[in-house]
Amino acid sequence: MDATGLVASLSGSTARAATPLIFAASGEVLVQQSGVVNVGLEGILLSSAFAATIVTYTTHNPWFGLLAALITGGIMAAIFSAFTIYGAADQVVVGVVLNLFALGATGTLFRILFATHAAKTKELPFLFHTLPILTPCTTVAVAAAWYLLYKTRVGLEIRACGEKPSAAAASGVNVLRLRTIVTILGGVLAGAGGAFLSIGQNNAFAENMSAGRGFIALAIVTAGRWNPIGCLIAALVFGLSDALQFLGQAIGLDHYYRLLLKHLHLLAIAKHFNMNHVPYNLFLAVPYVVTLVILIGSSKSTRAPASLGKPYVRV
Amino acid sequence: MITPNSSPHPALARRVAIWLLQAFVAAVSFLVLLAVTLTIFGIHPKSALPAIADGAFGGWQYGHIYALSETIVEAVPLILTGLGTLVAWQAGMFSIGGEGQLLIGALTAMIVEHFVHHIPAPLITFLMLIASVIGGAVWGGIAGWLRTTRNVQEVISTIMLNYIALYLVGASVLGPLQEPSHSGPETAILPDPVLFAHLIPPAWTGGFTARLHTGVIIALLAVPLTALWLYRTRTGFALRLSGQNADAARTAGFSVDRVRLTAMIVSGALCGLAGSVQLLGVSARLDQQFSPGWGYSAIPVALMGGLTPGGTLISALFFGALTAGTNSAERTVGVPAVVADVLLATSVMAVVAIRAWRGRAQMASGGD
Repeated sequence: MDATGLVASLSGSTARAATPLIFAASGEVLVQQSGVVNVGLEGILLSSAFAATIVTYTTHNPWFGLLAALITGGIMAAIFSAFTIYGAADQVVVGVVLNLFALGATGTLFRILFATHAAKTKELPFLFHTLPILTPCTTVAVAAAWYLLYKTRVGLEIRACGEKPSAAAASGVNVLRLRTIVTILGGVLAGAGGAFLSIGQNNAFAENMSAGRGFIALAIVTAGRWNPIGCLIAALVFGLSDALQFLGQAIGLDHYYRLLLKHLHLLAIAKHFNMNHVPYNLFLAVPYVVTLVILIGSSKSTRAPASLGKPYVRV
Repeated sequence: MITPNSSPHPALARRVAIWLLQAFVAAVSFLVLLAVTLTIFGIHPKSALPAIADGAFGGWQYGHIYALSETIVEAVPLILTGLGTLVAWQAGMFSIGGEGQLLIGALTAMIVEHFVHHIPAPLITFLMLIASVIGGAVWGGIAGWLRTTRNVQEVISTIMLNYIALYLVGASVLGPLQEPSHSGPETAILPDPVLFAHLIPPAWTGGFTARLHTGVIIALLAVPLTALWLYRTRTGFALRLSGQNADAARTAGFSVDRVRLTAMIVSGALCGLAGSVQLLGVSARLDQQFSPGWGYSAIPVALMGGLTPGGTLISALFFGALTAGTNSAERTVGVPAVVADVLLATSVMAVVAIRAWRGRAQMASGGD
């Protein structure tokens, strides 16, 4: 593969890997600016990916699948809101349980429904044969989130809910309702990310296919300093780290690894320990390591919304 | 006015009666929930429920001893990871890292075995258990250290560490720890003398090998030890206080950061121990599918147990029975075993809902 082809392929896979993260994170920015941490993001991604597959499979129309994913994301977020915003239950507890529920429910249904036949479905169209149609849509999501947050009155009210909900309430904002609406909107956006996983870049669902992306999206919101543009940049960095593993395979890294071992006269020792091939499994861990490293660099200095994660109770 | 001194027995009887009533209501609502969930997933409760009960308690196809052994075997990793989870959560650390700590525990045990396989077998077993405790403690400690020094939220960092652990196991079983023929992504099978002994003679179970192993003793010992540490030591007190009210803990002179780091280390140690116990008691080899998600199930198990050691033991046995039941029903009547995860999550959601509703009712009536 020549250099131009390599760059094109790398930027393509970066954008694809970043797409679900950008959708989920641009919604979650709004949610967190309103003072709520939706720890159930992972479960929302997974259940909407599953809904997209089921509906596409039955209707043979991926657009209906996308719609189903958006609705599923909204419903899951509404359940989360009912517990955490109106019930004032702990957001981490409810989120973690919601994730486990999504994992169990999609796994069970998937095994029942596709026990005998393959789960292949139609997929959403590609632009220029390679670019999934949802990928360019992420820019709209980021721009809309940024505009809503910083250029509208509602955006001001959202940020007020996250900083000092009692003051927001005193100035006439219905804190619980606004937080709920924003959380559901965040769920719908994450639903688009979920649909991308199963019918946007692919034509099948797999168990636990979200693989921690909901939590990576939470990390992106922190790393992006609660700003949609910052989150876009952070998501692209993660996308790049995810894409590097494809690059490693594309350039035949294994060959160079063995050359290096030979040069260092370590080939025999490596062979003795069964380490004479590049451990591709370690590449799969790279996005998670990068997430940790970026969190280490960004968590201390950034300033979260003052009332982030605290339930608001009307007095 | 009734004082505890004048009539302790009626008060105790009343408490026991209330407790029994609550347990009865919980059991009945769980059965209803189970039946409804099965129906929603298109499974006939009429054929599935007896199959699940058979797998968990025996009596139809399996003998009681065999089925109960399965229930306890499934409960063992949930007891240890559940204890690990409650230690962290009681300290106010929302760790979801049990899964990764368990995997690292199993991995370090396997690495140690790799180096010491020529020494006497009981010593190998002992060293593997110690190694898993250390490995898990380090993995939990990383998340604790990141939180206390760099303010990295443990909810996110533990998930990342889970995936890193999973791929470390994947790389190891395809690399240095791979079985000698280098064909499959798994380690060699551990030699029999190293493994835990089976506790039940085959004669009792009519030919079936009951899997109950000596590792259950470790799990059952860990329950009172954790309880003693949490409720009878100064560190345990500091830990619980830090979780309930960090400011009060600071005022009382405790270093909340130190306490939370300790909690994460102990939490990781317990989950890591679960890894080697499973390795030595059940699977005898390590691969990437080693854990079906015990570290994740531990969270609802600990929550259902009210984040107390005793409650977690009961809740782990309960979900052990459910897992053993659905595992066997998957073989006999085709109920997917993952339905147990759905039930686990739904039950906790119900508990959270009841608590939230109670909390609101209390607030509305002006109580505290």
